[in-house]
Amino acid sequence: MKPINRTARSQINGILFALPWILGFLVFTLYPLLQAFYYSLTKYNLLKEPKFIGLSNYIKIFTDDSLFLKVLYNTLYMVVFGVSISIVVTLLISLLLNDKRLKGTAGFRVMFFIPTLVPTIILCVLWMLIYNSGGSGGGLMNQMLALVGIKGPEWLGDQHWSKMALIIMRTWGAGNLIIIFLGGLQSISEELYEALSIDGGNFLQKTFYITLPMLKPIIVYNVITSIIVTMQNFNEAFIMTKGGPADSTYMYALYVYRNAFQYSNMGYASALSWIMLVITLALTLLALKASGWLNESE
Amino acid sequence: MAGQVVSKTQNRKKLNLRGRINYVETGILYLILLLLTAIYVIPFLWLLSSSLKDPTEIFRVPIVWIPKTLRWDNFVRATTDIPFFRYLGNTLLIIVGVVTGSLISNTLVAYSFAKIEWKGRNALFIIVLITMMMPYQIVMIPQFLFFHKIGWTGTFLPLIVPHFFGNAFFIFLLRQFFVGIPNEISQAARIDGANEFTIFSRIVLPLCKPAITTVAIFAFLNTWNDFLGPLIFLTSDKKYTLAIGIQQIMSVNDPRWNVLMAAGVLMTAPVLILFFLLQKYFIQGIAFTGLKG
Repeated sequence: MKPINRTARSQINGILFALPWILGFLVFTLYPLLQAFYYSLTKYNLLKEPKFIGLSNYIKIFTDDSLFLKVLYNTLYMVVFGVSISIVVTLLISLLLNDKRLKGTAGFRVMFFIPTLVPTIILCVLWMLIYNSGGSGGGLMNQMLALVGIKGPEWLGDQHWSKMALIIMRTWGAGNLIIIFLGGLQSISEELYEALSIDGGNFLQKTFYITLPMLKPIIVYNVITSIIVTMQNFNEAFIMTKGGPADSTYMYALYVYRNAFQYSNMGYASALSWIMLVITLALTLLALKASGWLNESE
Repeated sequence: MAGQVVSKTQNRKKLNLRGRINYVETGILYLILLLLTAIYVIPFLWLLSSSLKDPTEIFRVPIVWIPKTLRWDNFVRATTDIPFFRYLGNTLLIIVGVVTGSLISNTLVAYSFAKIEWKGRNALFIIVLITMMMPYQIVMIPQFLFFHKIGWTGTFLPLIVPHFFGNAFFIFLLRQFFVGIPNEISQAARIDGANEFTIFSRIVLPLCKPAITTVAIFAFLNTWNDFLGPLIFLTSDKKYTLAIGIQQIMSVNDPRWNVLMAAGVLMTAPVLILFFLLQKYFIQGIAFTGLKG
């Protein structure tokens, strides 16, 4: 076989093998992406053909839609506080599980991971029950809090606590973050710690001078994937709270869904989804920049 | 001399003290760990316990952990009050399609990105990575309109067919695995005149069983968990999946929590069993695919 022949052949083979994804990308990603942009410039209610209205949808979203501001605020609240809390809690648990002074933590790891295996719908139903007091103060959450002398709020029924209720539930189900953190922690060389031990470094110094800097790429990875997932949060709002009370858990994704499938405002929903894409990309870049990754690669 | 002895005993005292402090520290750490473990385990125990309760025990003060009589009939009702087995059958049917599609398409594509040299490969792989951070909402509406136009809404097809065209997370996972397989083997086969598909299916795939198993597990889990997809595309309750079916019976006023929790146990159990049988594949896959959407 001649070499030229071989290059040409591998070019053809390469494209043929990648063809499923190439077609899928064109049909199920790129085309919908562009089409969504076109729809975002139209008024479209499924019954009549899309009618071109220019930037009207975007103008209305930014100037005359208080619900948009509300859902954006709620979603960003979950991104900022929800992601921070679940990252900090899962990181602390991972540090604890990885602590050399503690023996037999392998069994504990499974305990922290099991909640992650509970299917989303069941997770939602279970936590609705946990927060529910049955009208008589008999829910699990508030009974546990009462044991330590705290009178718990109405959680999902209280607009000041509903977001925190969702954050607690999310953190409970975030064992996947722990698994990823542990993988990172285990790959940090023991020699680094030993070197610091000889110099008399204590636990806190070890954590701040070795563990966290070495773990940084993993932390950034977990933060970014959490941001992306949180931006798309739909299930909790739809299943547990319907966005309430007083729109306090009305998430962006639910607003897109309702506009599209309940109010049949396909154009408006498409404009919202494009704004969502831009915000997600911006937040991802921001997280990358804050972590210094973008500068390092330059 | 004397001074040295003194400082030695002082040192020893210090060491003893240090040893004791270490014990106390370790003890405290164990306590924190136990406390955290309890916090993580309790909601899960609550799921199990509630699934066996009488309705009157659900909100009782103080908490009932072990129901007076174990109401196993909750599990019977969970499968008869709702068409549980029909929903299960629907879910499994979709899963078979999704897992088949995922395995065929993603192995082929990942092989191309990992093992075949071709122009444009790296640029396209970067696009694969970029699509990983795109919100589903952006393609959801046009995809719905497209499937609506060709008459597929209300069927399982919109939930299955796209999986025959690759998934960025799985392509990424498999590619990383394929890259680790030495090129010498496939090159030797190529010189012997084996065609690319033979090398792929006879040489590379058999070496990648762990990665392929991981993809199968996560394709299963994603579909088992999926809520938004079936919510958009399925229109009649004959076609509902378990996730949607359970949501439907929950949204009635005054839900029967004990029956719901029994349904919850039934839906969680297969995932747990799969996890304990195939633990290492779960751990492997989690780094690449977010488990929760």
